[in-house]
Amino acid sequence: MNKTAKTGLFEKYLTRGAESSIHAAYLKKYRINRILVRLTQIFLLFAFLLLWETASHKQWINQLLFSSPSEIWSLFVSMLLGGELTVHITATLLETILGFFLGTLFGTLAAVGIWWSRFVSDVVDPYLVVLNGMPKVALGPIFIVAFGGGYGAIIAMGVAISVIITTIVVYTSFREVDPNYIKLARTFGASKSQIFQKVIFPASFPTIISTLKVNVGLAWVGIIVGEFLVSKFGLGYLIIYGFQVFNFTLVYVSLFIIAICATFMYQAVVSLEKHLLKQRD
Amino acid sequence: MTDREPFIQFEQVGKTYVTLDGETTALENINFHVFRGEFVTLLGPSGCGKSTILSLLAGLIKPTGGTVLIEQKPVTSPSRKIGYMLQQDYLLNWRTIEQNILLGLEIQRQINDANREYALKLLDEMGLSDYRNYYPGQLSGGMRQRVALTRTLATRPDILLLDEPFSALDFTTRLRLEDLVVKTLRKHKKTAILVTHDISEAIAMSDRILILTGRPGQIKSEIHIPSALRDPLPFYSRDLPEFQNYFQNIWKVMNRDE
Ligand SMILES: Nc1ncnc2c1ncn2[C@@H]1O[C@H](COP(=O)(O)OP(=O)(O)OP(=O)(O)O)[C@@H](O)[C@H]1O
Ligand SMILES: [Mg+2]
Repeated sequence: MNKTAKTGLFEKYLTRGAESSIHAAYLKKYRINRILVRLTQIFLLFAFLLLWETASHKQWINQLLFSSPSEIWSLFVSMLLGGELTVHITATLLETILGFFLGTLFGTLAAVGIWWSRFVSDVVDPYLVVLNGMPKVALGPIFIVAFGGGYGAIIAMGVAISVIITTIVVYTSFREVDPNYIKLARTFGASKSQIFQKVIFPASFPTIISTLKVNVGLAWVGIIVGEFLVSKFGLGYLIIYGFQVFNFTLVYVSLFIIAICATFMYQAVVSLEKHLLKQRD
Repeated sequence: MTDREPFIQFEQVGKTYVTLDGETTALENINFHVFRGEFVTLLGPSGCGKSTILSLLAGLIKPTGGTVLIEQKPVTSPSRKIGYMLQQDYLLNWRTIEQNILLGLEIQRQINDANREYALKLLDEMGLSDYRNYYPGQLSGGMRQRVALTRTLATRPDILLLDEPFSALDFTTRLRLEDLVVKTLRKHKKTAILVTHDISEAIAMSDRILILTGRPGQIKSEIHIPSALRDPLPFYSRDLPEFQNYFQNIWKVMNRDE
């Protein structure tokens, strides 16, 4: 009897909010599927960790190279308690946020400048194509000389990697605004800057926001590479340091923290996007 | 009529567009005038330069020949006297209805309490005051077109240019809006130029019809609508017996080979 009560409750959860029996069946199928997906995801994660731990313990894999979940966890905890981890995380996070922010800002400003003058846009077009095709991390040595071997060079790398693509994408979206909206503004006597403020910029705003999502990922690449090259702090530095002293457990700790931070930043941008664009269809 | 001064004049106006591929003569030797308070319709086949005439009058483009005058002064740039309703509503989907109807006032830096109140009163006349905080995406096509009309009227233009404002609407909505537009323009004593290729719409709404030839556009014929058809609202004039006569006449003129 207890069991039937329980299944009754579960059934109720599966069909809650249903408006008819067809709707109930549909909801039930949908929810069961969703639960199965989640369970499988959790199962895979645990299976993977367990397999990794066992393989490492039984020496199926090289312990030095692959470490093990329990070692990674205990190093993580001790570094966290020792306080040093916070320093590295803060340094990398600040650099990434700054690189991301400045890359988006400069890219958008450049796009505005290019939009303003058709002549300028025609002139810079081939240069943008070349710069965009060039791997920005190759500029690393130049940044180190130009900005010194500190935060400057790292942030410059974060900016460089996202600024050109932002310029191109945002400028393209400015150009793609239906010219009839410009005509509309002109019928009211709008000046060029009013056309930009009232029509072009708000119409392209969703595109600018979506470049933020791309730029979050790019900024991480730029910053980590920057830290590989010059830093004495940060998660990228920890990876290089761990590699140099052959402490791969340290490399894995940094990798997991980077994965988690990058995911959180990305999710933050996604919810910002949802919030800012919620009235639009 | 002859002793009145024309409000709008087109004198020998021509317009040739030039592109890399060559040139297109959209208009040639256009002459007409419109008196204050008149409702004039430009009727012609697609591509004959109707929108071009409106853009010239609105000061968005310059003629390649002749002059366009408003109150005897040549048009050189967009003027506050003119309100232009485009072929589609072009509402800004990130602004609420209220913010949309204030766009023109914002651009002209005329936002103040009196003007805002006037715009909201117009919105009320359009039967949309309940929707001021909605977004355009939540409104039907007919409602959106009424918002666009409100936005155009909110800057208090003397002259209204209507470029096929109903072409994207279904027939019923279209009939209702024709009445609303005529009623509103009469009430606010506006001069209007309507562009359409719908003969019935032209007869039902206007005081005078100018029929244009195909490209390059030239004025082929001018038709005065008698007061019997002019005075009732468009919906009722469509039912009058004279309406059919005019329809037949215009049909013949439009399909006459030149
Ligand atoms: N900016 C432009 N550049 C080149 N040609 C143009 C331009 N605008 C219009 N034309 C050409 O001029 C002619 C007249 O165009 P217009 O838009 O005035 O016609 P219309 O009578 O309003 O047509 P429709 O009924 O289709 O709206 C067309 O052949 C069009 O291709
Ligand atoms: Mg047109």
